[in-house]
Amino acid sequence: MSRLSVRKTYKLFIGGAFPRSESGRSYVVTSPKGDFLANASRASRKDARDAVTAARKAFPGWSGATPYNRGQILYRIAEMLEGRRGQFAEELPLGKKAGLEQVDAAIDRLVWYAGWSDKIASVRGSANPVAGPYFNLSTPEPSGVVAVIAPSDPLLGLVSAVAPVIVTGNTAVVVASESSPLAAITLAEVLATSDLPGGVVNILTGHQAELAPWLAAHMDVNGLDLTGVADPDLALRCEQEAAENLKRVIRPSSPDWSADPGIGRMTAFMETKTVWHPAGV
Amino acid sequence: MFEYAPAPESRDVVDIKPSYGLFINGEFVPGSSSFKTVNPANEEVLAEVAVASSDDVDRAVQAARKAFGVWSSMPGAERAKYLFRIARIIQERARELAVLESLDNGKPIRESRDVDVPLVAAHFFYYAGWADKLAYAGFGDRPLGVAGQVIPWNFPLLMLAWKIAPALACGNTVVLKPAETTPLTALLFAEICQQADLPPGVVNIVTGAGETGAAVVAHPDVNKVAFTGSTEVGRIIARTVAGTSKKLTLELGGKAANIVFEDAAIDQAVEGIVNGIFFNQGHVCCAGSRLLVQESVQDQLLDSLRRRLSTLRLGDPLDKNTDIGAINSADQLARIRQLSDLGEQEGASRWSPACELPEKGFWFPPTIFTGVAQSHSIAREEIFGPVLSVLTFRTPAEAVEKANNTPYGLSAGVWTEKGSRILWMADRLRAGVVWANTFNRFDPTSPFGGYKESGYGREGGLAGLEAYLDV
Repeated sequence: MSRLSVRKTYKLFIGGAFPRSESGRSYVVTSPKGDFLANASRASRKDARDAVTAARKAFPGWSGATPYNRGQILYRIAEMLEGRRGQFAEELPLGKKAGLEQVDAAIDRLVWYAGWSDKIASVRGSANPVAGPYFNLSTPEPSGVVAVIAPSDPLLGLVSAVAPVIVTGNTAVVVASESSPLAAITLAEVLATSDLPGGVVNILTGHQAELAPWLAAHMDVNGLDLTGVADPDLALRCEQEAAENLKRVIRPSSPDWSADPGIGRMTAFMETKTVWHPAGV
Repeated sequence: MFEYAPAPESRDVVDIKPSYGLFINGEFVPGSSSFKTVNPANEEVLAEVAVASSDDVDRAVQAARKAFGVWSSMPGAERAKYLFRIARIIQERARELAVLESLDNGKPIRESRDVDVPLVAAHFFYYAGWADKLAYAGFGDRPLGVAGQVIPWNFPLLMLAWKIAPALACGNTVVLKPAETTPLTALLFAEICQQADLPPGVVNIVTGAGETGAAVVAHPDVNKVAFTGSTEVGRIIARTVAGTSKKLTLELGGKAANIVFEDAAIDQAVEGIVNGIFFNQGHVCCAGSRLLVQESVQDQLLDSLRRRLSTLRLGDPLDKNTDIGAINSADQLARIRQLSDLGEQEGASRWSPACELPEKGFWFPPTIFTGVAQSHSIAREEIFGPVLSVLTFRTPAEAVEKANNTPYGLSAGVWTEKGSRILWMADRLRAGVVWANTFNRFDPTSPFGGYKESGYGREGGLAGLEAYLDV
């Protein structure tokens, strides 16, 4: 008799822990062919608020860590993901070969962003030669808590959206792809074992149309990445809600995730701070 | 005073071979002759090391040339991953590298363990990240070719990292010559390249003395020369490459002023002065070897400084409580002695704390000269040892005048609680690095290099890429 496998319970990832939705709800996730895969947690407004609280709590520590330290941790995430290549390739709804290619691209994407942690300030900061006896220096800083409505591309898209948010020192609340959320929760297991402080990345699974507006309207969220929102009405509503506390917004798009990502996803959620100081005896 | 029981770091973590060959094209090959490298703390022979002849150097350059094709055409992201691997292996083998560095160089284990080796790993980690981001740095992405690199003995592995990491990130291949007295960590680094599966020929290590270095610099198929060392040798190298298309960067000597104003936090300034000149036995090109103190606080500062020096512990470099280790070589010790004697002859007053020197090995006590005039040799020449010359000033303008009164221009220190004065001074100091209320800080993201006869080109940071790209 063949052995009966032990299935994994897919839960949320909030503050470094894996709770079920406080609402007790779940929804069925199926393979592209329609086969049952799992009951994923269906996060509620309360879960989203808990996630924002966790992200805000993690922000001072994470943004205050040295860029070198953040780079080391992102690189560590890449190392942990590399160790689970096979598992991800199987979980992605792509077939083995395409799945492996996507995992490899996601690992390389993490390495790319890891290197940016201590370089973005050199590329985007400046010493400003003001016309007077002043030292004047501009440096980029993270915006704060960023809500990411993740693209449907379940691993590469997710990693490509989350890594640029956190590498600069922001913390994130991520709404995973509604149709393929399982890789996001498995990625949470990678994050949880990569020395990433709890709360820096929080991952919710559930209905995008239910969760996105709460996050868009949340007054303690500073940035909103709508890349994964396919419904134009929902995107419009979210962007309008985001206007209330002037969140920095990335509008929906369908990027080619295999292309050079550039630095736009980092700079979208960065502020520039300019410091003046007089020079004189 | 506290008594300290011995707390030696175990040297069992290091496996020193009786002899080492040259690292050419990914493997160790014998040289035509050999020399001995000794532990400067007790004159014990550590290993026999091959001397690279000009034929050996030629073989190394050929290997580097051949590897350049593969390495420069590899996508930056793949080069990055090799460099990340190297950074990680350095972190994994950190203690081994630190102990070996202290054995071969004589520096305290506390420095090699807490400063040198962590900075080495960080440097590789930093430049790894640049390999696929050159388009954002503004210097283009065309490597130069084969880089010939000659490094000094004061920070053997750290200087290797400063040279190799940016060169490789930009797509160059290298032939590196470590200093004659400190070849061992570079040879262990060669082993690390093997562990990282770095393609053969990308890194070649040729050991030897000045002649080997001269052969590297003069080789016609070398496209880039990078040298860290004395200004005297730097001039010779600049003459050698004159008339060729070789790109040259030089990081040379210094005679930095560490300037203390009357409003400075004196205790912090004393720590900074000690760190500035006694860190690494003063074998630091950017050492704060001239203390410029405002007249009104001279007595107070010098009292504190003497008291602090009396607490420094000199001795076994492998002891974790040691502050001051051994002078790197008999030659260097002779030079320090000669210049210090000259200081006395020229009229300055010499002071050292009561300090027992070990019988074997090369040792020199921390030393302060007061009553130093700008014309004195010890105020003008780089001693490269634990010897501080104290001068005074009355006004900020006089401090600037005296600080800049040197052919060197590598670094400077300013101690004052007044921010605007720090910036006013920084504007006027002709030096590549100005430390305010701190000294001897290094970071891979921060460019380092000199004005005037301290050399040209910068290492570290975004600016450090320029030296290895065809701009």
